Amino acid sequence: MEKVVVGMSGGVDSSVAAYLLKKAGYDVIGVTMQIWQDEDSCTIEENGGCCGLSAVEDARRVAAVLDIPYYVMNFKQEFKKHVIDYFVSEYLQARTPNPCIACNRFVKWEALLKRSLDIGASYIATGHYAGIVKLPNGRYTIKKSVTQSKDQTYALYNLTQFQLAHTLMPVGAYSKDEIRAIAAQLKLPVANKPDSQEICFVPDNDYAAFIEEYIRDNKLADNEPADKSGDKKYAGLLPGNFINTAGEVIGRHKGYIHYTIGQRKGLGIAMGQPMFVKEIRPDSNEVVLAGANEVFSDRLKARNINFMAIEGLDGELEVEAKIRYSHKGARCVIRQTGEDEILCVFEEPQRAITPGQAVVFYQGDYCIGGGTIV
Amino acid sequence: MEKKIYLDNAATTKTRPEVVEAMLPYFTELYGNPSSIYEFSAQVKRGIDEARAKVAKVIGAESSEIFFTGGGTEADNWALKAVAEVYASKGNHIITSKIEHHAILHTCEYLEKNGVEVTYIDVDENGIIKLDQLERAIRPTTILISVMFANNEIGTIQPIKEIGAIAKKHDILFHTDAVQAFGQVPIDVNEMNIDMLSASAHKLNGPKGIGCLYIRKGIKLRSFIHGGGQERKRRAGTENVPGIIGFGKAAEIALETMEERARKEIRLRDLLMKRILDEIPFVRVNGDKVRRLPNNVNVSFQFIEGESLLIMLDMNNICASSGSACTSGSLDPSHVLLAIGLPHEIAHGSLRLTVGHENTEEEINFTVDRIKEIVEKLRRMSPLYEDFMKKKQ
Repeated sequence: MEKVVVGMSGGVDSSVAAYLLKKAGYDVIGVTMQIWQDEDSCTIEENGGCCGLSAVEDARRVAAVLDIPYYVMNFKQEFKKHVIDYFVSEYLQARTPNPCIACNRFVKWEALLKRSLDIGASYIATGHYAGIVKLPNGRYTIKKSVTQSKDQTYALYNLTQFQLAHTLMPVGAYSKDEIRAIAAQLKLPVANKPDSQEICFVPDNDYAAFIEEYIRDNKLADNEPADKSGDKKYAGLLPGNFINTAGEVIGRHKGYIHYTIGQRKGLGIAMGQPMFVKEIRPDSNEVVLAGANEVFSDRLKARNINFMAIEGLDGELEVEAKIRYSHKGARCVIRQTGEDEILCVFEEPQRAITPGQAVVFYQGDYCIGGGTIV
Repeated sequence: MEKKIYLDNAATTKTRPEVVEAMLPYFTELYGNPSSIYEFSAQVKRGIDEARAKVAKVIGAESSEIFFTGGGTEADNWALKAVAEVYASKGNHIITSKIEHHAILHTCEYLEKNGVEVTYIDVDENGIIKLDQLERAIRPTTILISVMFANNEIGTIQPIKEIGAIAKKHDILFHTDAVQAFGQVPIDVNEMNIDMLSASAHKLNGPKGIGCLYIRKGIKLRSFIHGGGQERKRRAGTENVPGIIGFGKAAEIALETMEERARKEIRLRDLLMKRILDEIPFVRVNGDKVRRLPNNVNVSFQFIEGESLLIMLDMNNICASSGSACTSGSLDPSHVLLAIGLPHEIAHGSLRLTVGHENTEEEINFTVDRIKEIVEKLRRMSPLYEDFMKKKQ
């Protein structure tokens, strides 16, 4: 029997995933990944997130009902390095990171898969509503689940071919309602949790306060690019000027880590028309504000490219691109402009293209690949 | 081997059948509340007194110096918090070690938030506390020294008599968390000048949820749990009678069998250590080789994750641990291993095996065979090992 490690959160999707695999004849092992740095159990309990202590208790109960072995594995070190440190240092460099993508690539897949292979498993499995398909060209890619209104593929674009070859997503073939019905039929003690949170390690969503505390407590690893030049580490926390596109000072900001491209709320500025963050200039500590029609652009460049369905670009390719998790997707043409650089030109200008976020390319339901907007 | 092999006796032990048998009448026959006035309850009270005497005998204490608690953690909390409060007018400084159990360390952290100053003394590479540093740390405001008798992870036994002598010389109270040592190695509270001592029944084949704090006669310690007048007004709450009876029986047997058990456990322990050291490369033994609990083996394998090793041992029906079991089943690098100077990556590859009187040589040999296979397999898949071997060539 082939062994599969199922990443279990105690929620309905991963619980049913474990059940479906067991039914399909796999030797299923349940694992909850412990990734928190914060040991304040109150925060964890209240949060009830994907990785807190309550997740451990919930998942353990589910594993007992399914009669599968269950373990808690510790990935705190990996999570700190690849997710939290990255998250903080991106903001300090005036970019808006997507920690879930980093967590998927480096923690949920790289680290968990390594340890699962170590203990004799052939695959890891998750409760994602997506499919993994092997294309005629021999490559693996992720396919959107047709029944899902909520897309779960965006945050998975960065998985490697090796990772995809060793991954199963059994709930991808079902709708959420069908999965809920299976859970109810089995009387699985699944927790009723919110589907997802903004950022799991910032339970109150005040990410700026989190970053400030993280830096003041000196938790950021020294080898991060952000603090190479001593005081620069604190630059993002210092107040500076809001300027308009003509370069005139129009107010004070409270430190550029508080802002993201396209932001309108919380600027504390009255200009007679709604103002949006158009650009952040870390070197001069200025935040550029502009009117609604000035935050559109028809092109972007991306680096750190990961291809899925194709091995690489040969000339131009027409695709649909998503520039953030909640983006509906827009038609565009992509082509290679450097060894690890893609230029993406949209048919229609897009609002608030944000450095640090991922751009993910699709053809139909298949993920072509993606990269980080620069 | 289908049968489970239990090698985690430092986490908890199997309750002896004789202990269970001694406890049983106190559930259904002798169920009276020991504080009641009638003769029926007096019988229960006598049972408790006998148990108290048996527990006291293990450490050479008087019966009246034993106060039953809900376990070792409660005893540790009581000792530290009550001393900090009662002796506040004398001072606010506590000395402890860096390798204490979290029942001590987290209590110290709590006290620090409330104005108590705590000095954490270093240990040497074998886990033995630095006595000169300890003596130098003493201030006029020092009110307590608390150093564990034997370490739960690496098994190192501290020079308790010497620490007791230092405490006495400076007229400072001395508490020891003896949860791992009580009933396993000889303890004499008078000879060792111990003023307070914590113990727990489930580490010596007794039941869970019962322990005690020994408090030397004459030491004023306020009560920790407030309520009725039980335990001579020091620990309120209706007595856990079956637990106390079980603790007493377990203590009696532990004392009677100590020498013979230690001899057997040492033989198994040494066989385990010798085979691992002889047959597996890139491994080190943690803790002192001589001043060590009879049941403890702690080893670090280079280039592997202890977590994967534990899971694969579990798949072979072998119960082991990487250190403390008190962290929701998940593993942080142990503060004890870091304190004896192990780098993070080596501390991560650690394994603790603690034998009991029921283990056999066959079980030990089977376990070593499995460890060998698993470590080899994990190393074959480890990029760190691959890099290391390449550099070596």
